[in-house]
Amino acid sequence: MVKSSGQTLAVAWFLAKRQIMRSNRYTTALIVFIMTLTFLNLVVVSGILIGLIEGGNVANRNQYTGDLIVKTIAGKQAIEHSYDISATLVAMPEVEYISARYFENGQIEANYKTRRDFSAIADTAGTQITGIDINDEEALSHISKYVVEGNFLNENESGKILIGSNLLHRFSAAFGDAFASMEGVYPGDEVKVTIGSSTKSFIVQGIVKTKVNEVSLRAFVTKSDFLRLVDRPGLNANEIAVTLKSGTTLTADELKARLVSAGFGNDGNIQTATEAIPEFLNQIKLAFGLLGNVIGFIGIIVASITIFIVIFINAVTRRKYIGIMKGIGISAKAIEYSYVLQSIFYACLGGIVGMMIIYGLLVPTFVAHPLDFPFSDGILVAPFGGTMFKFGLLMLVTLIAGYIPARMIVKKNTLDSILGR
Amino acid sequence: MITIKNLTKTYKTKHTEMTVLRGIDLEIADGEFLGIMGKSGAGKSTLMYQIGLLDHPTSGNIRIDGVDTETLSNDERTDMRLSTLGYVFQDYALIPELTAKENIMIPLLMQGKSREDAGKISIDMLHKVGLPNKENNLPSQLSGGEQQRVSIARAMAHNPKILFADEPTANLDTISGTNIIELFKQLHEQGQTIVMVTHEEEYAKYCDRVIFLEDGKVTREKAK
Repeated sequence: MVKSSGQTLAVAWFLAKRQIMRSNRYTTALIVFIMTLTFLNLVVVSGILIGLIEGGNVANRNQYTGDLIVKTIAGKQAIEHSYDISATLVAMPEVEYISARYFENGQIEANYKTRRDFSAIADTAGTQITGIDINDEEALSHISKYVVEGNFLNENESGKILIGSNLLHRFSAAFGDAFASMEGVYPGDEVKVTIGSSTKSFIVQGIVKTKVNEVSLRAFVTKSDFLRLVDRPGLNANEIAVTLKSGTTLTADELKARLVSAGFGNDGNIQTATEAIPEFLNQIKLAFGLLGNVIGFIGIIVASITIFIVIFINAVTRRKYIGIMKGIGISAKAIEYSYVLQSIFYACLGGIVGMMIIYGLLVPTFVAHPLDFPFSDGILVAPFGGTMFKFGLLMLVTLIAGYIPARMIVKKNTLDSILGR
Repeated sequence: MITIKNLTKTYKTKHTEMTVLRGIDLEIADGEFLGIMGKSGAGKSTLMYQIGLLDHPTSGNIRIDGVDTETLSNDERTDMRLSTLGYVFQDYALIPELTAKENIMIPLLMQGKSREDAGKISIDMLHKVGLPNKENNLPSQLSGGEQQRVSIARAMAHNPKILFADEPTANLDTISGTNIIELFKQLHEQGQTIVMVTHEEEYAKYCDRVIFLEDGKVTREKAK
């Protein structure tokens, strides 16, 4: 009589289900708890490490580059044909917002009205003075959300400036002497802005603070104020940031390809948000990812040993009954599978609880309260596909770790098992 | 029919060798109720384990319905135990996590019966052994006599050709022991072949034939 695998599995399931149902609940809870921790270790540790960098990348995309950014080619003063590029982008139905930015290197001087000692160094900070279209920039980057003191600029008001927080000592003290910063500048104060030979006084409208240096190390004025301040031939922009409509099938890479094929490839440096990430950040992300995988791998080994020990002890203490089952004609495979099914149950339940914790608690918590790092707001990166892969990995390891001890015990001599020899 | 020829069993350890069965020749007819008696260490249980395919003899030959059992693979021996043989152990040997009904169901499920059919047969068997309302009781919720009845029900549920019983009354009080033997008697009267190891003369009287073992050999035989 040859048993079908269906019969074998049916008996294995029958045995496994009852062993689980009638085993000590606290023991089951403990095993599931261990499996949950293992799964969390596998997903969360690497997720946080990658999230430290990814949080920065997300912020960079949301607050600075958008999905795609066209930058000035090194050595040139501005993007060529920037009006044509903007017009092309606006005509694309997939494009949601664009913001053209104009900037020049300049200097801001503070406290010059109260300066008594002219032999001392002036309270200045070098920065990119950036002219923006208020409505376009707000639509694209929601920059006003990051104004921590005072208010955002107003299109109808001239002579106002929004200063990046890292240009002010009270915000950038943690960075030491990494860059020059000004003392005691508050909304309502007057500062002097110099670009080349042109100098103009501005009233500080607000302070903008983010962890994206391209925002927090710049000073913003309206486009019209900027163009009044600089002596620039033509009206070409220095940066054009673009966001795509959500749900559109067009990717940033495809948008870049369209711009290149439209002949704008040599007018500016066209980069997707991913390409715009500094290379050192990508290297850190890679290293953190590797580190997370190593920690996760150790977690998997620990989990497999745990499952091995649990199933081994379970099988050893039940060796007599395994012998009896073999004695009354239950196939070795059915008994082995019953233990494998038990270990899969533990891993499955641990994984499901782990996923509920990750997606129901940890991810929303990290979104609401990101880890506060100097260079980014660390989030928990746990893409569902990756999490499912790790779930599958845990299942596979558990399956093997459950099978081996069961096999070791089941293959022992039937009579020796029954008699406990 | 079971035919045993020149059966020996020697247990070997690192430093010692102990021969428990020495050249046993035996035939068990279909429908026979055979008793195996002898002092402790005489080899009664060892003989039963060899005939019941729970162990391999050192030498000799066991044929069950003409099949040389030593030529069978482990899986084939397991299959034969499932299809042809039934066991009742001294300590009942019920699976503690399974109810009375479920203990009886497992060999039936292994034979390919549906869960529904296996359940019906199990309940029917529990009625036959006098435990009509105990199907949902775990072994720990049954007395020794009740557990042994469940064990007999499990052994008989798949209609084995031969029922082996290793001192089935050893752990029971007199009344329970007598009830179990009465159950065997009923089964025997229905044509069941039974091989029972016992050291109690009183119960051996129920057997058609009793063989006496001494020092691994059949020293005498007594027919009813």
